[in-house]
Amino acid sequence: MRITLWGTRGSLAAAGPDTVVYGGDTSSVEVRATDGAAIVLDAGSGIRKLSAELDGLPRIDILLTHLHMDHIQGLGFFTPLFDDDVEVHVWGPASATQSLEERLARYLSPPLFPVRLRDLANVALHDLAPGHFTVGPFTVSADFVCHPGLTFGYRIAANGATLAYLPDHEPALGVPHFPDSPEWTSGFDLAEGVDVLIHDAQFTDDEYAQRRGWGHSTFSQVAAFAEMAGVGTLVTFHHDPSHDDATLDAITKRFAARANPFSFVPGKAGTTFEL
Amino acid sequence: MAQQPIELILLKQWATYLDIPIWLMDDHGDLLFYNEPAEAVLGLRFDEAGRINADELAGMFITTRADGSAMPTEELPIVIALRGGRPAHGALRIRAINHIWRTINVTAFPIDASGRRLGVVAMFWEQESA
Repeated sequence: MRITLWGTRGSLAAAGPDTVVYGGDTSSVEVRATDGAAIVLDAGSGIRKLSAELDGLPRIDILLTHLHMDHIQGLGFFTPLFDDDVEVHVWGPASATQSLEERLARYLSPPLFPVRLRDLANVALHDLAPGHFTVGPFTVSADFVCHPGLTFGYRIAANGATLAYLPDHEPALGVPHFPDSPEWTSGFDLAEGVDVLIHDAQFTDDEYAQRRGWGHSTFSQVAAFAEMAGVGTLVTFHHDPSHDDATLDAITKRFAARANPFSFVPGKAGTTFEL
Repeated sequence: MAQQPIELILLKQWATYLDIPIWLMDDHGDLLFYNEPAEAVLGLRFDEAGRINADELAGMFITTRADGSAMPTEELPIVIALRGGRPAHGALRIRAINHIWRTINVTAFPIDASGRRLGVVAMFWEQESA
């Protein structure tokens, strides 16, 4: 399995000279199996650059964690959507009231976007309930996690490797002494024992005090979560748009100096992991 | 112990902060959690009891109708919510672990999500203080 980070920023794209190291594009991650099959995790602005890497694939599956703008805003700029030779399957959490197509069409239609989703004949949309399914060589587990609105985390297994992707996740919300036991911790089953955990680490502890309930985690919370889940490598992700490279360097340097029982890799756009 | 569904995790966290007694049960009728205000009514601290399975639970408490007459299990609001899948409300008398009888009002509703019944949440309060 090969994992490439194309967009690591949270909430809002933050392009500029101060964010070139960690990246300014919002969430999008490419996952490749050894046979070349591809899954794309989220369609933030990072998915635009990924388009060219997927040339020649007959099928691409995009797994959306949720429909906040920073996770779908790149969808209209993903060129395989306009290539009739490519089957694009978009998966996202099912709602009790509206289909995935209806909800995505609120963005992919005028006046917000010039092209209508319904005019893209090669795109199939899948309303996804929590559970397990297979996409080519990938076994995918989807489960709701603690974040405002219907939000999935995903666990993906292929070629003997496992990845958990929880880019927007606040498991500490309302927990008096985090972490609670695994039984009562959002996202635990998805993350337990994975080789790589890509996880929300948007805030510092000081920032979190003012942003509780916004659906995101601090570095110290994600460290506690990763330790409890027994992950191999933690990749911090969904960087706050106000955190420039210097700020993130300082935060991650302090974090790396801790006695973490897992490997730590700060999420930087362009980083690739071979599992 | 497998992780509980997020809907139950969030309900537990919510219940932790409330002053009204709350029970949280899974789809088998096992009592997964009750908050501190419920401990006073039930006569048992949750930290001591932990999760209580449905069979054990049935033997721990005696319930009657509010007038003291026998109450069939299927009349219990929690059972109506769990088996019938609809909110239910009622008054009943309960003998807690500490053998103290209390008359309580119970409101229970099913926790249905993604086409599944995950459990039941019940809130209750003593009738005298209602």
